[in-house]
Amino acid sequence: MGDRRAFDEIWGHDGPARPRAALTELARWIDETPSDDLARRSEAAEATFRQLGITFAVYGESEASERIIPFDIVPRVFLADEWARLSEGLIQRVDAINAFLNDIYGEQRILAEGVLPPELILGNPQFRHEVVGIAPPHGIWAHICGIDLVRTGPDDFFVLEDNARTPSGVSYMLENREAMIRLCPELFRKFRVAAVDSYPDRLLETMRSVAPTGAGSRPVCVVLTPGHFNSAYYEHSFLADSMGIELVEPADLVVDDDVVWMQTIAGRVKVDVIYRRIDDDFLDPIVFRPDSLLGVPGIMAAYRAGNVALINAPGNGIADDKAIYSYMPEIVRFYSGGEARLPNVETWRCREPQALKYVLDHLPELVVKLVDGSGGYGMLVGPTASSAEIEAFRAALVAEPHRYIAQPTLALSTVPTLAEAGLAPRHVDFRPFVLSGSGGVQVVPGGLTRVALREGSLVVNSSQGGGTKDSFVLMPDARTLAQSQTMGDMVQQQELGL
Amino acid sequence: MRISVDHRTRYVFSEPQSRIVQLLRLWPDDSDSQTVVDWRIDVDCDARLRRHRDGLGNQVTMLYADGPIDAIEISVQGEVLTSMRDGHVSGVIETLPAAFYARDTPATRADAAIAAFAREHGDPLAIAGALGVMARPADGSGETLRDAAEAFAAGDPSVREAAQVMIAAMRSLGTPARYVSGYLLGEENHGAPHGWVEIASRAGAGWIAIDPSRGGTADERHVRMCVGLDAHDAAPVAGSRLGAGSEALDVDLHVARGSRQE
Amino acid sequence: MLMLSRTAASLYWLGRYVERADFIARLVEATVRLDALSPTPAGEAAWGSALSVTYGADAFAETGRAIDQASVVRFLTVDTDHAGSVVRCLDMARNNARAVRTALTRESWTAINRAWLIFNGRLRPGDAMSALGLVEAVKAETRGFEGAVMRMMRNEAVWFIRLGAAIERADNTARLIDVKYHLLLPEGEQVGGVVDRDQWTTILQTVSAVTAYRWLYSEGLRPNLVIDLLLARPELPRSLAACAEETVEMLSLLGRRTGLQGEADRLARARMSRMHRTRTHEVIVKGLHEWLDGFIGDNAALDAAIARQFRFI
Repeated sequence: MGDRRAFDEIWGHDGPARPRAALTELARWIDETPSDDLARRSEAAEATFRQLGITFAVYGESEASERIIPFDIVPRVFLADEWARLSEGLIQRVDAINAFLNDIYGEQRILAEGVLPPELILGNPQFRHEVVGIAPPHGIWAHICGIDLVRTGPDDFFVLEDNARTPSGVSYMLENREAMIRLCPELFRKFRVAAVDSYPDRLLETMRSVAPTGAGSRPVCVVLTPGHFNSAYYEHSFLADSMGIELVEPADLVVDDDVVWMQTIAGRVKVDVIYRRIDDDFLDPIVFRPDSLLGVPGIMAAYRAGNVALINAPGNGIADDKAIYSYMPEIVRFYSGGEARLPNVETWRCREPQALKYVLDHLPELVVKLVDGSGGYGMLVGPTASSAEIEAFRAALVAEPHRYIAQPTLALSTVPTLAEAGLAPRHVDFRPFVLSGSGGVQVVPGGLTRVALREGSLVVNSSQGGGTKDSFVLMPDARTLAQSQTMGDMVQQQELGL
Repeated sequence: MRISVDHRTRYVFSEPQSRIVQLLRLWPDDSDSQTVVDWRIDVDCDARLRRHRDGLGNQVTMLYADGPIDAIEISVQGEVLTSMRDGHVSGVIETLPAAFYARDTPATRADAAIAAFAREHGDPLAIAGALGVMARPADGSGETLRDAAEAFAAGDPSVREAAQVMIAAMRSLGTPARYVSGYLLGEENHGAPHGWVEIASRAGAGWIAIDPSRGGTADERHVRMCVGLDAHDAAPVAGSRLGAGSEALDVDLHVARGSRQE
Repeated sequence: MLMLSRTAASLYWLGRYVERADFIARLVEATVRLDALSPTPAGEAAWGSALSVTYGADAFAETGRAIDQASVVRFLTVDTDHAGSVVRCLDMARNNARAVRTALTRESWTAINRAWLIFNGRLRPGDAMSALGLVEAVKAETRGFEGAVMRMMRNEAVWFIRLGAAIERADNTARLIDVKYHLLLPEGEQVGGVVDRDQWTTILQTVSAVTAYRWLYSEGLRPNLVIDLLLARPELPRSLAACAEETVEMLSLLGRRTGLQGEADRLARARMSRMHRTRTHEVIVKGLHEWLDGFIGDNAALDAAIARQFRFI
């Protein structure tokens, strides 16, 4: 871990003196802009975020402890052809996720054909019987996906995790870009960066496209938030605001006669599409959690009756569950008919005897995880573990192999980042956002880059000292420019420049 | 056998409620051993009722009522012809493979004691027999259900708790098992309806209904209403109300032979 | 799209709390001046009346501290234990604003958030005198908020904020007149008698009416004219007459939007026509305190009617 020779996305493998050929100009900008100037701009961005209230609450601390996520001014950059290949892989993966959810809560072909072990699905708490038999409009379940990626080389991207429930972070993508345009305008003159600001329009279009048939020509769409004390409230309000739709709390909604209504100053208004940022467990106390005071009683009945669309669909947790992850290559192959263009991180399922043998032989170099554990609990990081820890895991693996998976330790890519002592490489991951509507699947050309600010750290989590960066997707060169302009700024770039 | 059911559930609120939403699992289905002759749900206030089929194939009724509501009574009346033999269940709607019912729930988690009990008796009928000895007769009061492990450890499971213990025991042996909520001929009480168990048959075809409170298979005296992973999952009424204060629940249940007219 | 009832309630209370924070800030500032400038130090009486105006006398007594400038200023501005302090009002205002973030423009939200940060950021004051510096900053931010609200789209969001502010302002002004009038004119004293120039100036400063007074009255500072200004002159935004008119106006804009009228509209219109018929000298003769008591009660009834009419939960 913390390998010094990790691939740097701007400097390449050889350090600042010899940046990657396509990025020499950006490397020069980084080199020529004084560090204190970069620091000043970062601080200005953070001051703006604080004023806007782009904060997240830290649990367990007092109410006033709202923090902002640190922002790093040096952008991470994707070349046009890199992005084109990524997009293809993302679209294929999200198509497969939707097909999987549609199948698993319906016919269950994938079980009948023996592609997945049935108990993996049927015994999984994320498989919700409350959702069985519901057919969302157009067979779309995961309208908004955030696919977490890591990179180890120029063309080596791996999916670390799929987020098909309520992926957050898109407001950072948009606000970070706003800050960059304001604070580093010269970069946008030098580089043709694909715009991200039509995301809210695309999202609203996606919501409208999946409205129930009885909704009329202008369906009423809302964002449902648990409330303003939720840690992601800023994002909820930001999205509602930029789409120009209501931000509602559970208490604003009532269900009557299997129809969802919102309570306004002049009476009830029928609601057609709900982008809910509330977990399944707290969506409908009658169906999911009787002890919960949150939620909208009856909303699942309205959903089952086809009178309201829920985005994302309840029950999606089965698609991004850790136990399912290692089967994603098989799932993609089953529904798309081809190999996954975006590979998983190599994963050994210890339930399989050959994999178990390999894992036991290579414990000091692997990361071993409990399938049903969470947040680093029940995890062995081979390279940093003591031999006693390794032996303890060996025993556990032999006793209950089905509960474990193992992965190699990856040398995550880095991006130059402003640190105490000037610019230094820091590890990053990436979450692009993928929208699925009745018109198909689209990838917004950008995303959320999270950066581990501590030297050598691989933890990009905002609650543990992670920060964010803007993510530039460079437009194809002039040869293909004319084409892209006619197609708007959100063009699917894998069709171009290849 | 012709069985008539008269089941009234009355909620009285200490303060008027502004809204009530309830999910009722109070509508039986036909099966190979059960024919619904007549069935109705009535509510004593202005309410909207909507019928659905849930993810497990049960018929459910959504009830919506606007306040102010001081009290609400849900009255279920109907007649069913039954003919079950040896507990064989067939002709019911199945939405999921039987293996789904092998999963745990908090209320049906087998602790070491239940697992040992299950291994000791091994056979479902033996397990039911042992539980039948242990189970309290229905005492008619509205009870708060204990989890399987707790009820088993206390040694005095109620009828419905015994069903949950049996489910936990069967699942600990790897056999899919599910909770059935319904009525039993002769039931006259002021509590909840009856509960028993269905286990996946070894042959992999169909389910066998076993009533641990009676120590054997269910028969034509049982009227099957709905199934779930545990008693909560198959609760006759799940509800939510908007308003302050407390509620008092009063149930009046009569399950008798023959038509109500007789 | 019609506004959510909960959103309306939050906007209304946002308007009330910002107005309240601003009023307390002005009151503190004016009282400090009075304390400093008077030839005879106003001292305990001045600070006692400031507490009374803000309904804070009992709460302050419970702290067991002596009534002096340092303690009362702290209590009214930065004391987080006192629900009626500027910091708590800003906290409530910001909570309401946060809950309806989408109904506000960025400009309006940042004004509230900045005011809140003044008290909750690194600048948390240690003593009463630095609190006074903050009072100045808070006034600037609330002015900024008012300006931002005026620049928002003319829709129900703005109307609910202004409705809340009008109801709050009516209560504040009525309370200010009531308490100060008692203080300045002890029993037996004639209206129009001894003029304590600084005291009356304090009142005008609290409602930002010094210039308006000079503009409207040529006679110099007279108590009955100050009261006339605060009671009956619609030209002064903080007068009771202006608040009554503003309330009617906001309610009728909302009524046009929703197509519904109700009890609140009727009460507000009845109050405005009463205000139009009101003559200040008659009120003073018949008993100003009783009249103000009645006004404050009517204002509270109107507040409750608004909550019912727009289904605030």
